[in-house]
This record gives sequence, structure tokens and C-alpha cells, in this order.
Amino acid sequence: MPATLLELICPAGSLPALKAAVDHGADGVYLGLKDNTNARNFSGLNFDARSLAEGIGYAHGKHRKVLLALNTYPQPATLSRWQQAVDTAAEAGVDAIILADPGLMAYASKTHPDLRLHLSVQGSATNYEAINFYHQHFGIQRAVLPRVLSLPQVENVRRHTPVELELFGFGGLCVMVEGRCLLSSYACGDSPNTFGACSPGHAVRWQQTPQGMETRLNGVLIDRYADHEKAGYPTLCKGRFEVQGETYYALEEPTSLNTLELLPEMHRLGIAAVKIEGRQRSPAYVAQVTQVWRAAIDAVKANAENFRPQTSWLAQLDKVSEGSMHTLGAYYRPWK
Amino acid sequence: MATNMTQAVQKTKMPEIVGKLLGQLPAWPATQAFVTAFNLTVWKKLRELDWDGIHGRKFCVVIKDLQLALHFSVTQKGLRAEKPVQPDVIFTASLMDFIRLALRLEDPDTLFFNRRLLIEGNTDVGLRVKNMLDGVEFETLLDSFPGPLGRVVMYARKKLQQT
Ligand code: SF4
Repeated sequence: MPATLLELICPAGSLPALKAAVDHGADGVYLGLKDNTNARNFSGLNFDARSLAEGIGYAHGKHRKVLLALNTYPQPATLSRWQQAVDTAAEAGVDAIILADPGLMAYASKTHPDLRLHLSVQGSATNYEAINFYHQHFGIQRAVLPRVLSLPQVENVRRHTPVELELFGFGGLCVMVEGRCLLSSYACGDSPNTFGACSPGHAVRWQQTPQGMETRLNGVLIDRYADHEKAGYPTLCKGRFEVQGETYYALEEPTSLNTLELLPEMHRLGIAAVKIEGRQRSPAYVAQVTQVWRAAIDAVKANAENFRPQTSWLAQLDKVSEGSMHTLGAYYRPWK
Repeated sequence: MATNMTQAVQKTKMPEIVGKLLGQLPAWPATQAFVTAFNLTVWKKLRELDWDGIHGRKFCVVIKDLQLALHFSVTQKGLRAEKPVQPDVIFTASLMDFIRLALRLEDPDTLFFNRRLLIEGNTDVGLRVKNMLDGVEFETLLDSFPGPLGRVVMYARKKLQQT
């Protein structure tokens, strides 16, 4: 049995969201600083030195962890800012930092040997050789797996690495191999990897028109919703495109990942932590989702064999989901 | 699921007659009343936020069911009523959804997915305001209301939480 099993890691884009996560049963929260050193660089979101200190105080006061995401890629001219962010995190007393860039891992492991390092999903490590490489060279202790592996593939990784594994459990889906998607960059010049946001606010325009609500990215129409249709995030992967005379979701429909029913399997595999997506969401979302997942994880730990997701849990999660349905994503697919 | 949502919305909808009556109000006095109430209460707690880049922007809040549009801007001293010309950002929702958002009972993205909240115009400014307000704790805002009014707000929140 691994030391850590199914920790619940919840998102915090603000201090009230952090408190909502802690108060509703998160074992840990993850957060970012107010700049492009993390992949949720949206205006008005995230933490400065003061709110970080208060957040860490609050979480540690209740014996919960704080993980700081530094999961974008520094450019040569801006490297020092990313390194300063590592120093800030270490000095503030976070429990771990979540990194994607190997250069930053080298800096962190040399400068702060006691600081725990996690490999971000943006690091895009999908096989155990890659994860073990990061472990051997930089002492990475946990890896967040990209949402492209099936559960048998996750099991294979698990059997061949001493590194703890963290899986996404719920939230918005990024369909590409994380850290490698250039769609946002193609449309608006800014990508999640460097700017820290997919479809940043400055490039997005919504407008109600007689034909429906239109979403534009840098002026390009990417979707139009009839009044009865649910809307999705304004990302290119979830736009509707005309392909061979037909207009449809050619890449991915707006859906949310929800793996509640896979919890017993994750428990059996010894998955160290389950991550909830959504640092861009409000404290109300964090509270609702954390509460459901706390109850579900407790139920699995108490009796994995007889675990069934309660319908009220699923209803609660569906209510806050993007798109009108949820999916098990790649975890549950026959092909490899 | 969709049925649950619809039921929840119906339960918390304004009675039609109230909507019609309030909808008769001319927009300017309504904006003045909103701005004054806002400045006397929550602004005391919000003034310390980083409003850089927001000052001078014109906002419009459209309350769909009341057919009411409130036009205002944010200044150093609080909100200021504005003439209804060319807002930078327009927020559109029903009165009940705005109330639920203000009481922190509803997640804006959830309302957006369900087509109950629309942000038009300068999205970046709109998201920034949304995120800044999310960053202020409800209890902090509650403190800005005089005692009895604060209790009314708490009572309303409790009631709506159950719907
Ligand atoms: S366009 Fe879609 S797949 Fe690509 S980074 Fe954005 S959300 Fe992810």
C-alpha cells in the first residue's frame, strides 16, 4: 500500500476558493502566482505574496497541503522571473511546486534541495521512462499524468516507477497531449505554454446576435450557439468548424471529464492523488465539487468493492460541468 | 439533469408581476439608486482592490427580466452613474441570477455554460472584474452592511441556498 493514496487536490484561483477547498475537505490545494509563470494566467486571478502567505497559513492550520504551479515555460529573457517564483514558493513554505520545464527543475533541485517537486501535466510525460528520468535527475516525487492514457496504460506506468502518480478526476478537458497544443497560439499568438492561458481574455469576444450567441477568437468565428444550446469555453479545440460541407465539433465537443466511477480502480492501482481542474472557477464551484469528491473518496476508502457513485453526486457535478455531458476521457477506451 | 436545472431556475424566478412593475422604472433613477447603495455599502471593502485598468471603463449591467440596463463606471470614489453610451463591457443575466452571484451561491462559468450569463464587449476587463470580486470573501462584504441589513442579506442567502 503506497504511503499516499487518493489525496484530493483542489483548485484555488483566489483566497476564498482556497478556503472553500479546505473547508469542504480537500487534502491539498494547488494555486499559482499573479503572472504567466502558471497556466491559468487570467486577469484578476491568482495569488500575490500577501494572499499566498495567508492561504498557506489557513491550509497548514488545518493540516492541508499547498502546491504551487509553476508550469509554464520560461523564455531566455524571462528565466530569472521563473527562478524568483521558485524562490518565492520555497520561502513561503509551500509543500511542493509543480513544474514542467527541466531547466527550472534543475534550478529548484540545486537551490532548494528540500523543496518537493511535482511534474506538471504540462510536462507531458506519458511513459515511465520519461517520469523516471525526471526522478533520477531532479528528484521529482510525483507526476501528474496527461489525460491521454487509458487505465491499463496508467497501470503500466505505475508498475515501473517509484514516482507517485496524480490523475485528473474532474473538470474541463484539454484534448491534446498537454503542453504540446499550439491551437491557441495559432489563433491569437498566445499559447498556454508561454503566455499561461489558452484563449486569453484579450482575444475572446462574445456577442448575442439574431442568429445566436457568437464566440470569436481574435475575430475568427469559432462557434455560434442557438438559444437552447449549452455554451463551452472559447477554445479552438471545442469550436464548430465546416468540414466537407458539414458544420460540427470536428475536434471535440464541449464535455467535462468525470471519473467518479473509476475511483475503485484508481484505489486499486495505488494512485496517490486525484486532481480537480478549475483554478479559473469561483469559490462556489470549488466548494460544490470538493464536497462531492471528498464524500466519494471517503466511500471508496471505506469500501472500494461496493462503491457506486450516488446519483446526487453525479447530478451536482453535471450541474457545474462544461457542455451537456461528461466523459471518462481516455481512461476508458479499448484502443492504445 | 436539464429538468433539474429548469426546475431550479423556475423556483427562483422573479414573480412576473414584480418584473413588470420594476421594468416600468426609468433606467436613470434605477442606476442612481444602485450606485448610491453600492457606494454606501460594499465599496468601503472593495476600494482597496487593484482597480488599475478598470478606472474610466464603462460598464452596463442588463437585468433581462426587468428589461433594465444600469450604466456606470468605476472611479477612485466608487461607482458613478453614466449615460447609456458605448459601454466597454455588458453583463446580462436575470435579477435572481445576479443576486445569487452576489451572494456567492452561483458559479459564473456554470451560468455561462447554461446561457444564463453573457459577457459582451471587452472580455478581459469583464473577466478581471469577475475574478477580482471572486477574490473578496463574502464575510468581508457582509461586514460592509449596517447590522440589520447584514442580517437580511444573510437570511436571503440562507433561503436561496436551499433552492
Ligand atoms: S486549444 Fe484545447 S486542447 Fe489546446 S490547450 Fe486549449 S483547451 Fe487544451
